[in-house]
Amino acid sequence: MFELIRQNKRRSLLLMGFMLLLLLGVGFAIGFAVVPASEPLDMGGATLYLPWGGLLGMGVAFLVWGVQALAAYSSGDRLLMAAAGAKKIQKQDHPRLFNVVEEMSIAAQLPKPPKVYIIEDMSLNAFAAGRDPNHAAVAVTAGLLSKLNRDQLQGVVAHEIAHIANRDVLFMTMAGIMVGSIIMLTEVFFRVMWYSNIGASRRYRSRRSSRDGEGAAKLILLVVALILAIVAPLLAQLLYFACSRQREYLADAGGAVYTRYPEGLASALETISGNPGDKKSVSKAMAPMYIVNPLEAGQRAISSLTSTHPPIEERVRILRSMGGGGSFADYAAAWNKVDGAGAARIPASALAQTAPVAARAANAQEPMAAITAAAAAPVGQASKTGVPTPSRRATPEATPRQRQRDTGDLLRRMNKFRFINCDCGIRIKLPPEYAKPKVKCVRCGKIHEVPRQP
Amino acid sequence: MGATVILLVILAILVVIALWIVGIFNGLVRLRNAVKNAWSQIDVQLKRRHDLIPNLVETAKGYMTHERETFEKITQARNLAQKASGPAEQGAAESGLSQALSNFFVVVENYPDLKANENFMQIQEELTSTENRIGFARQAYNDAVMVFNNKIEMFPSNIVAGMFNFTKSDFFEIEDAAEREVPKVSFS
Repeated sequence: MFELIRQNKRRSLLLMGFMLLLLLGVGFAIGFAVVPASEPLDMGGATLYLPWGGLLGMGVAFLVWGVQALAAYSSGDRLLMAAAGAKKIQKQDHPRLFNVVEEMSIAAQLPKPPKVYIIEDMSLNAFAAGRDPNHAAVAVTAGLLSKLNRDQLQGVVAHEIAHIANRDVLFMTMAGIMVGSIIMLTEVFFRVMWYSNIGASRRYRSRRSSRDGEGAAKLILLVVALILAIVAPLLAQLLYFACSRQREYLADAGGAVYTRYPEGLASALETISGNPGDKKSVSKAMAPMYIVNPLEAGQRAISSLTSTHPPIEERVRILRSMGGGGSFADYAAAWNKVDGAGAARIPASALAQTAPVAARAANAQEPMAAITAAAAAPVGQASKTGVPTPSRRATPEATPRQRQRDTGDLLRRMNKFRFINCDCGIRIKLPPEYAKPKVKCVRCGKIHEVPRQP
Repeated sequence: MGATVILLVILAILVVIALWIVGIFNGLVRLRNAVKNAWSQIDVQLKRRHDLIPNLVETAKGYMTHERETFEKITQARNLAQKASGPAEQGAAESGLSQALSNFFVVVENYPDLKANENFMQIQEELTSTENRIGFARQAYNDAVMVFNNKIEMFPSNIVAGMFNFTKSDFFEIEDAAEREVPKVSFS
């Protein structure tokens, strides 16, 4: 994994450098077009114009990006979570989700589990944010919690944790800001052009058009600036999307490796694509961060240049073709089978560093039978070669009704409901409007003190 | 003049080689620490399991009034696991605890009221998650060992590993064949 992360970092830096150049280029062109160059200077026979405007534009472009990047770096996860309308929850709000997140961060060897956020939305989606594993967060929608079983939820969370472990989050945030800055600058540029061509630049023209050659040169530069301003945002976006797709595959592979159960993520993706909820409040810049693109839910079968995500069907097919394996090598082989060139995109170093390991069996559905049967299951069972895979005790599976109830409780808790667990086993849920100091249990009639409003 | 240039070139090459060795050495140390850390994670999760059991017993006692023997077995197994030292003894004690717990949950099947109790359900979720965590911690340990061992064996890092006596770590495996066997659990 270290190799994978390091390669990711190198590629990220390269791409960031390229995007930064693009940004500075756009800044220069815009500045140059808007503010005229200095009076000609005579420097040892050659005439030189100091492009004050260009330099100024570059400075502005860098500043625009720098400020945003700094803000994102220092509090990126909180900013993104707020932008997505996600709320932070505590362990008692939804123990199952918390446990799954913690289990997966153990499997991924993260230094500490990420913070957990909930998006109050019944569509099915999830995303991760944060600059490094120490400052990371995962968000899932309420719909996801109520629709997916534990294995599926584990797959989705493992995918998000893989994004965190691969340092995708920092890169996508920074690249997203870069794309945003470029788009912003060019939009400002077009506005300025609209007005300055009529007003400001005529003034300059009258002063300087004494020399025709210079006017022509300026016109050419203006055209270049225009073309750059049109092409740069598109180019930046295409780069961004290409990286995003690549990282989705890697995160899927990571999800399969951490859970040793590719079917969990596969069936989760299927369920998600079968439930296209509408989440219209998602901004375009954030779309690549979700597990499936919330803007294109259930619309598209083929991958195109402008997709942020590979098609879900293909992701599911790859995961299902792993043939009982649970390693990067198995994922690469499956990718190869499904799409000729796939394996070439997983770094060889990552393949070399994981031995073939067996995937584990599905968790049983019957709650109590599961816990007893799995406790009895052997530890270190069937591995093909190399690394033994310690089996885990299967978890008692919550029924769909129970999941819905848990999700309802979670949303109530987020909206300041109070809960009292009565000794008779019932859970009393009090709305925030409930003002009396005591409440009677509906089943056993015991009187409970009402806890203060949190 | 020519001699100094050659000397400088040799010196530069030596410096590059030294830096390269330092880089690989640091990488090996980092991987070895990852292995150590992954191992300690397993202990953390085992301790978590020990800490949960008194809660479980406390919650279930009110419902299961005629099952004193089952409770005693669990508490005993837990105390044994807590005191165990050394991998072999620890492994045996932990699997004894697993056995006691699975017996306990078979008995719980006879108490639908307990199964529906919110507190009990919470503890059960914690307990099963702990079992998962132990499993994932072991898996993570094996992953870390895998990466470390590969680094030690593969060229060119194997040269540096040999120079500084890095030795391969062992995978987590259950040694005892009897433990691998599936104990019979009947649902009657």
